[in-house]
Amino acid sequence: MNIKYLLIIMLVVSQSVFSAEKQIDPKEIQKNLRCLVCQGQSISDSNSDFAQTIKMVVDDLISEGLTEEEIYSFMSDKYGEWIVFKPQLNIQNSLLWIFPYMALILGGFFITKLFNKRNKLTK
Amino acid sequence: MQKIVKAIIFFIFLFILSVFFIGLNRDTNYNTVNQIKKEIPDFKVSYLNKENFFAKKDLRKNNFTLINFWASWCAPCRIEHPVLIRLSDEKNIKIVGVNFKDKKKQAEKFLDELGNPYDVSTKDPNGKQSVLFGIYGIPESILINKELIVIKKFVGPLSANDFDYIKEIIK
Repeated sequence: MNIKYLLIIMLVVSQSVFSAEKQIDPKEIQKNLRCLVCQGQSISDSNSDFAQTIKMVVDDLISEGLTEEEIYSFMSDKYGEWIVFKPQLNIQNSLLWIFPYMALILGGFFITKLFNKRNKLTK
Repeated sequence: MQKIVKAIIFFIFLFILSVFFIGLNRDTNYNTVNQIKKEIPDFKVSYLNKENFFAKKDLRKNNFTLINFWASWCAPCRIEHPVLIRLSDEKNIKIVGVNFKDKKKQAEKFLDELGNPYDVSTKDPNGKQSVLFGIYGIPESILINKELIVIKKFVGPLSANDFDYIKEIIK
């Protein structure tokens, strides 16, 4: 009986956690959008006229049901990729995304080799 | 082993160099490349003096249309206004004015003072519809054809050279 209750509670909690994950925070999106008329500020940081309009449009797009990625894609389409701080995953930026993983794999390979060599020497 | 290390260091150096090279050569200014040769987005703006709406479908009857984003508070808009007046004499093009984040009275005063070059006057009081066209400052103008494809986007006031360019396109 106790296990039943525990399962129900877990189900309710997990559902609330997942539904919270689905909600998009406009602030997070605004932080990742560059204010094109400001000096190095994000839309979130800026009070410029342009930033105010973009904030309203982001809110509208969220209420229309667009995902975070779709909103970035919309903005890139209108203002170019420069408006998004986080580089998008495409051919041009592929090296930027792949390199850290390559460095990690190569580094791991290099360290393993080094340890093996040291072990052989100590033996 | 030393050869592998040297190769890794060389590739890391090459990568850093290429990142700097691409980064420094990248055009960080706003450009209109994304908009050209694409169909204009669906939009709906209200008329400046009427309650009705003006939408994308209303542009299909024109051979060429210049959508001009302007405001009475915008000084460069005054500079480009004579160019728009000259362009309004051309028969093969219609000019649609989108009054951007402005007050109706001020906009009307501006047009009374400098003349009205617009075949259709509309307004975008909160600027949200202008975002659909990738507008980030005014004046900006978009030249489109009958198929509603963007031929050129003009950022900043229209110049005499822009007038010649438009005239050449629409002839």
